[in-house]
Amino acid sequence: MRVLGKEQNILRNKQKKMTKEKKTLNLNFGPQHPAAHGVLRLILELDGEVVEHADPHIGLLHRGTEKLIENKTYIQAIPYFDRLDYVAPMNQEHAFALAIEKILNVEVPIRAQFIRVMFCEIGRILSHILNITTQALDVGALTPSLWGFEERETLMTFYERVSGSRLHANYFRAGGVHQDIPRGLDEDIAKFCQKFPKIIDDLETLLTDNRIFKQRNVDIGIVSKQDALDYSFSGVMLRGSGVPWDLRKSQSYECYDQFDFKIPVGKNGDCYDRYLCRVEEMRESVKIINQCLAQIPSGPIKTLDAKITPPPKKELKESMEALIHHFKLFTEGYRVKKDEIYVAVEAPKGEFGVYLISDGSSKPYKCKIRAPGFSHLQAMDYLIKGHMLADVPAVLGSMDVVFGEIDR
Amino acid sequence: MNNLSDLEKTINSELTTKIKSSKINHKIICLNIESDDLLEVILFIKNNNKTKFKQLIDITAVDYPEKERRFKLVYLLLSHEFNSRILIDFSINENEIVSSLTSVFPSSNWMEREVFDMYGVKFKDHPDLRRILTDYGFEGHPLRKDFPLTGHNEVRYSEDEKKVIYEPVKLEQNYRNFDYESPWEGTEYIKKQTKKND
Repeated sequence: MRVLGKEQNILRNKQKKMTKEKKTLNLNFGPQHPAAHGVLRLILELDGEVVEHADPHIGLLHRGTEKLIENKTYIQAIPYFDRLDYVAPMNQEHAFALAIEKILNVEVPIRAQFIRVMFCEIGRILSHILNITTQALDVGALTPSLWGFEERETLMTFYERVSGSRLHANYFRAGGVHQDIPRGLDEDIAKFCQKFPKIIDDLETLLTDNRIFKQRNVDIGIVSKQDALDYSFSGVMLRGSGVPWDLRKSQSYECYDQFDFKIPVGKNGDCYDRYLCRVEEMRESVKIINQCLAQIPSGPIKTLDAKITPPPKKELKESMEALIHHFKLFTEGYRVKKDEIYVAVEAPKGEFGVYLISDGSSKPYKCKIRAPGFSHLQAMDYLIKGHMLADVPAVLGSMDVVFGEIDR
Repeated sequence: MNNLSDLEKTINSELTTKIKSSKINHKIICLNIESDDLLEVILFIKNNNKTKFKQLIDITAVDYPEKERRFKLVYLLLSHEFNSRILIDFSINENEIVSSLTSVFPSSNWMEREVFDMYGVKFKDHPDLRRILTDYGFEGHPLRKDFPLTGHNEVRYSEDEKKVIYEPVKLEQNYRNFDYESPWEGTEYIKKQTKKND
């Protein structure tokens, strides 16, 4: 990475000051580094092997999502949410869909709610598999990632079968979901849920009691309860420190209150506890999916309000009314009345929020995306101070950062 | 819901003079205040035993170029204890400096940097007010409504200079903002007539 002139001077001045007392070394970690989990440029100030100060430079993946959303209709804005946290795309869409629905005051059919919950939990498993296995990879274990990615592939085929796309699903729409699940998919998901707990067990035999994995993670990157709150942590980062807080339970949205699941909470707030929380969360997610499959009712999968959701394809050929609705929805889009709302969901990484201001037109006036990883990465300096250089990937891995959502 | 209105009343009675207006919208308490009172209000709702908004969720700004006080700053906080959210907002003009929350919430550091980067709002006593999301050496504030969607500069690798160079944006085709909004909602006099007929 080329350091610009101005910055070079700052670095040089810093070094000059330091030379009087002790010599520190500035190290550029990333943006091209396999353990940086994407394009993170971390400037580390090292005293020997001990990190004195960390300054994360983010924004290398900044695409101006919020600006783009302001210039698109509500329907066109949904795919941008897939590209935020790209390892659990549907969870992001969910927040946006909920925000629009709340302003429009639309009732979502119960079958659509079940499908959404099911795919949100699949997203959670997708994200946690990636995180656990890459964290293991960062500290030297190769096998978990090979085993884990096989399962991710299966889950992504579920995404593909339901939405036509493995990653950028564009599946959750305001008022429901795009289309019903294809025949046979529920059986295949049930099959997966049956064998997946065994695979979690296998992963655990590789990691949970693994001497090296524990040496690298136990008592590393400890976050106290108070600091977790002060640094705006959410999700596993907060629960790992012993705060029992999960939006699915505490501010239940969709139909999460109908399911029986537990919230795993850590004790010590270190990297190892966060790993354990994620493993348990995967088991709970499987439970939720199983309950979904058992209880899912039949019925419509999107609201029948033709002003918000497009008509079925069949009607387009027969009904003039349907044709007009379809045309207007995909050109002008639906209008959302003037309002202001903040909606948060429990994404795999933490509280993912959408702060939406609508002005009565078919485009959002403002859409601020609250990404959990942003606050987590911010605490990098606090977390890593005094740790060894080798602990940087471990801490970074346990924070579960994905730059799609941090840089937006 | 009852709890939330109680909470709103408590805050209103304790901070009477500081609050310009308050309401509950979509299960969130919304307070409108003056920019000078920000620190006091935040400190109060964070530390008071009846409110305990211990976590700062987000800081953002909204740009209304046509208004005299152009930017609306929005602070979102969460109380785990009472399971409630609060939204605090106030308007400022373009050159006004807002006090930073970094002494109260360390997490506000990057959030304020982002607001500064995206909107150009400056914060008083911020330890490190640099740009955060945009490129090194970037000019302008992208989320302002008068900033073009396509930006000003584009980058490419130059084979001659053997490095990445910046050039003014060249569009093969002008950016077209289609206005699909239907004029066919019916004119005013027709609407009135149909109402009468109903």
